Amino acid sequence: MLKVFWSVLHRDLLLALRRRTDVLTTLFFFVIVVSLFPLGVGTGQAVLRVLGPGVVWVAALLASMLALERLFAADYEDGTLEQLLLTDQPLVLLTLAKITAHWLLTGLPLVLIAPLVGMQYHLSDAAIGVMMLALLLGTPVLSLIGAIGAALTLGLRGGGILLALLILPLYIPVLVYGAGAVTVGAVALGEARPYLTLLAAFLVAALALAPFASAAALRISIE
Amino acid sequence: MTPSWSRFAAPATFYPLAGRLIPVFWVLAAAFIILGLYWGFFETPDQLGGSNAQKDYYRIIFIHVGSAWMSMWLYAVMVGWAAVGLVFKTRLSFMMANAIAPTGAIFTFLALWTGAIWGRPSWGTYWDWDPRLTSELILFFLYIGYIALHSAIDDSRRADRAASLLAIVGLVMVPVIFWSINCPDPNQCAALHQRSGLGRVDGNILFAMLTMTLGLWMYSFATTLMRLRGIILTREAQTAWVQDLVQVEVRPS
Amino acid sequence: MLPPMLAPPMLAVAKLECRRGDRLLFSGLDFQIDAGTLLHVRGRNGSGKTTLLRTLCGLFTQDAGEVHWKGESIRALAEDFRRELLYLGHLNGIKGDLTGVENLRLAATLDGNPVERDALWAALGRIGLLGFEDLPTRMLSQGQKKRVALARLILSRAPLWVLDEPFTALDLAAVDLLQGLIADHVAAGGLAVLTTHQEVPLTAGQARHLDLGA
Repeated sequence: MLKVFWSVLHRDLLLALRRRTDVLTTLFFFVIVVSLFPLGVGTGQAVLRVLGPGVVWVAALLASMLALERLFAADYEDGTLEQLLLTDQPLVLLTLAKITAHWLLTGLPLVLIAPLVGMQYHLSDAAIGVMMLALLLGTPVLSLIGAIGAALTLGLRGGGILLALLILPLYIPVLVYGAGAVTVGAVALGEARPYLTLLAAFLVAALALAPFASAAALRISIE
Repeated sequence: MTPSWSRFAAPATFYPLAGRLIPVFWVLAAAFIILGLYWGFFETPDQLGGSNAQKDYYRIIFIHVGSAWMSMWLYAVMVGWAAVGLVFKTRLSFMMANAIAPTGAIFTFLALWTGAIWGRPSWGTYWDWDPRLTSELILFFLYIGYIALHSAIDDSRRADRAASLLAIVGLVMVPVIFWSINCPDPNQCAALHQRSGLGRVDGNILFAMLTMTLGLWMYSFATTLMRLRGIILTREAQTAWVQDLVQVEVRPS
Repeated sequence: MLPPMLAPPMLAVAKLECRRGDRLLFSGLDFQIDAGTLLHVRGRNGSGKTTLLRTLCGLFTQDAGEVHWKGESIRALAEDFRRELLYLGHLNGIKGDLTGVENLRLAATLDGNPVERDALWAALGRIGLLGFEDLPTRMLSQGQKKRVALARLILSRAPLWVLDEPFTALDLAAVDLLQGLIADHVAAGGLAVLTTHQEVPLTAGQARHLDLGA
């Protein structure tokens, strides 16, 4: 069982490495969106410090969503997805493998680039630390929930916009508490703990439930 | 009991039944709504609230509160039918969920619109990111998402099942979403909407609100069944009984 | 091994009904096939051949009826059934950015019998891809891509093969090769269900026909 999980995970990572541009575009999109806001709302330090947490999270949501389209689409088009449905391994496991690969390629880079963004928004070191932790806990939740939407909208025209419409409302809790964690953490580090605990709880719940919904959605879409 | 109920699970038998029920619901809807509005306008006090009293415009709550309640209940009912469809694989259940969705969306929109109209005189602004109204907005997106997903998929079977799964996921997420909007700070929860217990509301106002809500329920039944009949005809267009029906209506009078 | 009379038929379909959208494709479909049988599904375009094959695999959910493998419903068997199944549909099921060897290794792992490097190269050689094994498959021709997909048949240990138009894009040599593979599989006691416009001559076992939309 573990061997198949690693096979699928390894395959997705290998494929992404052979087409490096896909991965980098998500990262650059995130950086561009984050850089656009100060140009639009003003570059005063006080304003940026207040806006920073929210802007970073909205940019993370959008970047995650853009990348989601590719989670299952390529496999659906070349027939490898239906082969995954026909293995003797539980589909939930294989779905989790793909989602993990997706997060490693699109979520984790956001966590790693957070200090750069934090600097652009004049966030304190403590706030940046909280931001990285919050992103580390929150971006997997985005991938897990987003995968459900990606599975439901497989192969549909207008897929990307439709996916956004379906998924963004479901992203709200992560947005609220993720941004909240950073805002509060900038003031007093200890205050951020309840937010981070909530995010961790979301992650656990999402890990437990979302892959099942995604697997069910894949079965529905592949008929 | 079971055999007679399952007979109505077939679109062909449900269609005429729905046809007979619709006028009944329209009459009930009209009766309750007229009663509710009359009571609300003529039997209730001219002002609402004590210290910062709201004047006549407060009566919009008779539509606002009823619509908001309906928008939430209809979502739950829609998910119920979706779940029945997924478990028992009955096409009519999916058609029912599809029929409910637009009515639910309309009520959500109505709640938002009347909420904004009410907000202007009482808060001074049309929109204030009040947690309850924001939650209503999210519910509106969930309805639109359901309708959009269903109409984006050509294959009706995949459409039914995908939209149903989405609705169920939505229902699971709804408490989390509403809670996060209401309680953005986990340390303390500040609700801006006055948490008015129904018990403290004036008896006449309460009666008017409940009567209106009942009227809106009847209205929902009527419109949903009408829409359902339309859906049945479209989806079952290939079958013999629909062909016969069309023949009968096309035959010259 | 039990004599055929005492064991339940390997693959049995009872009162199967399938719809696509709101259109009824077929209903009341019944058949049973045993080990060492080739079932050739025939019918006009749009008669539901692909849907039937996908229903046999469990990819498509039927509106009524059951599919049984060794006496049990395939829904109930779930993974146990899929372990004994190999399906090749219209799409090749290979990744363009991976080489033939990588694709085959992955397919073999997913099929539940991971194999050694040598076996992979041997299989690709046998299917006629000598010299092309470690090119990314997007550089191969349609026929060659199909051969990579078919290489799974050589390594497979699954008793039930469900093949949807497996001969498309193949040249004469490959057609010959595939016919041989299928014939060997059936002769060894396997089952094969296919749709195709080619007749497949068998060396042993029986060939049956199923006509849809008749």
